[in-house]
Amino acid sequence: MTQRSPAKAEGKERVGAAVAAFWAPAFAGERLDFRTDYLLRLGDDALVLGQRVGEWCGHGPVLEVDISLANLALDLIGQATLLLGESGDGDKLAFHRDVLDFRNCLLVEQPNGDFAQTIARHLLYTIWQHMLLQRLQQSSDQFLREFAHKAVKEVAYHRELASEWTIRLGDGTEESAQRMADGLEWNWRFIPELFEVDEGLQQAIDAGIAVDPRSFEEEYRAAIAAVLAQAQLEAPADQRPILGGRQGHHSEHLGHLLAVMQFLPRAYSDAKW
Amino acid sequence: MSSDWPLWEVFVRSKGGLSHRHVGSVHAPDAELALAHARDTYTRRLEGVSLWVVPSADIVASNPEQAGELFEPAQSKIYRHPTFYDIPDEVKHI
Amino acid sequence: MPFEPEHRRRYIIHMYTTELQKSAKIENLEDPKLLEAFEARVAADEFIEPKDWMPEAYRRTLTRQISQHAHSEIVGMLPEGNWITRAPSLRRKAILLAKVQDEAGHGLYLYCAAETLGTSREQMIEALHSGKAKYSTIFNYPTLTWADIGAIGWLVDGAAIMNQVPLQRTSYGPYARAMVRVCKEESFHQRQGYEIMIALANGTAEQKRMAQDAFNRWWWPSLMMFGPPDENSPNTAQSMRWRIKRETNDELRQKFVDITVPQADFLSLTVPDPQLKWNEEKGGYDFGEIDWEEFYAVVRGEGPVAKERMKARRDAWQDGAWVREAAAVHEEKRRARKAA
Repeated sequence: MTQRSPAKAEGKERVGAAVAAFWAPAFAGERLDFRTDYLLRLGDDALVLGQRVGEWCGHGPVLEVDISLANLALDLIGQATLLLGESGDGDKLAFHRDVLDFRNCLLVEQPNGDFAQTIARHLLYTIWQHMLLQRLQQSSDQFLREFAHKAVKEVAYHRELASEWTIRLGDGTEESAQRMADGLEWNWRFIPELFEVDEGLQQAIDAGIAVDPRSFEEEYRAAIAAVLAQAQLEAPADQRPILGGRQGHHSEHLGHLLAVMQFLPRAYSDAKW
Repeated sequence: MSSDWPLWEVFVRSKGGLSHRHVGSVHAPDAELALAHARDTYTRRLEGVSLWVVPSADIVASNPEQAGELFEPAQSKIYRHPTFYDIPDEVKHI
Repeated sequence: MPFEPEHRRRYIIHMYTTELQKSAKIENLEDPKLLEAFEARVAADEFIEPKDWMPEAYRRTLTRQISQHAHSEIVGMLPEGNWITRAPSLRRKAILLAKVQDEAGHGLYLYCAAETLGTSREQMIEALHSGKAKYSTIFNYPTLTWADIGAIGWLVDGAAIMNQVPLQRTSYGPYARAMVRVCKEESFHQRQGYEIMIALANGTAEQKRMAQDAFNRWWWPSLMMFGPPDENSPNTAQSMRWRIKRETNDELRQKFVDITVPQADFLSLTVPDPQLKWNEEKGGYDFGEIDWEEFYAVVRGEGPVAKERMKARRDAWQDGAWVREAAAVHEEKRRARKAA
């Protein structure tokens, strides 16, 4: 299997007018400081992916897998609780922001689809998250350091599990290989966003609190390629990057996810649960 | 082909220094996933520091109908137990 | 359905297991000496292990009871799973996920325990999906509001714990060991439910309304969970003798009412039973007549969301078939490569 050269991400100079509108921050009110912005990016990733994986509970392909998926979701909800809690009132942030103020990447909000599509999404995200957390343990920010130290162990297991399943489905039956290829095809276009660095992130990187994702892009591509090779799968073709999640411009899917997730606290705004 | 996976027996070492103990079973298609399933099912509450999984079909068990011939002869061998021997109380460290 | 009054038909009914009894008296065909030795062991509170001799009726009754207990755990994931994506705080979401995951674990332990009796999990799951096997009637009721999650934890888990604690001493070793694990893990389930109810009972008028409404809907089905009255539960005697049941339906039900009413008082919730009254003489509550016609209808599969529950389980199993097959085929390929 040959590894395709990654889409070169050079920031906003590269994008056209229509895309530039997505690249521009959508956030309401005052601009957040770069630390809070960074916490929200990581926290929203964990929250949205945890919500997605949690949708599987009770509907997994076999009991054991149902339990494994719930463990992934629980780890992610736990990470979101820590990260959003550090950025402010965690529940208020989770349940009272609209789409334009969510900073998660587009990948994590993609629908579950079938089990293969869920695994493909998890593989692409969790390898990125694992490499990020490994480096975040050297952050100059004490909270992020400690957070990374705890979460990196959880995510190492997620990476292992997603890799094992990718290999089984890719090198299983004809049907499972096709489904796995379709799942990768669906999610592949959201990889470039994981390595984009905008002004806010650059500030956090310069301050030494955040990890520059470009520092491990090659390693990431190689790790994905290695799993796909073992799974006897071809990497889908790279395409023009789809961006905007980190700036609050999301896919259509996030609005529906939030509508479900936020319904109760929104409908009864004065209630405590 | 059966549509469920084979059964594996799960053994957990609850902490360093103790033996692995049988805790239950999981279904899994292979050894790696059997370990993952055992981890996700049987160590969610800090129950262990180490896991074994063994295909249930590979366990060889004694037959309960032979329990008499296998285990009862040991009942009369009381000289194998330290309490069988009378040592005066004043003798220490023995 | 034969036209026969429901109460005269023979049901095997336990907390989680309800089925028409079809068995002939197979015990009569067993070797009387072996049977006598078996009964003596059980009477002496010894444990029976998988490879030990056991009467066929014991094996069948247990397979049915344990597998239906497992089915109840798995189907029981659905009403609560219905609210995981809508839990109103991060804390509640994590708790609910962990609880529903526990139920999957409990189903898993119990299927494995039942498998030691010689029936595969797949066969048991097929019996569930074909409608041949039953599960607890309680899970055929819908979860309409968040308060239902509180009410289920408080009432349904409360009733279940009452039934499950004695089963830790049941005569069949693998079942007893599974129940020890289940009981240990369940201890937080009822408390989290009651905690939800406390938050609602101390909350806004809308939350209080939700709490009372959920209580009204779950109270009677919870009482039904203990099964029909003792006089209509013909198998109780044999099950008690075999130590696969340790207290009668009515005893457990009375205990549940006596414990639960003060808990409802603490929440300022009204028990939806005008006949509920403290009886000084018996030291317990008298309560109204349970609608057994409704109970038997739900047993027959006529519960409000019985069709939805069965469809969800069948869909998950069928949609997962290609996943299970792929992993098995991958392992075969790997072995073949290794051997080559």
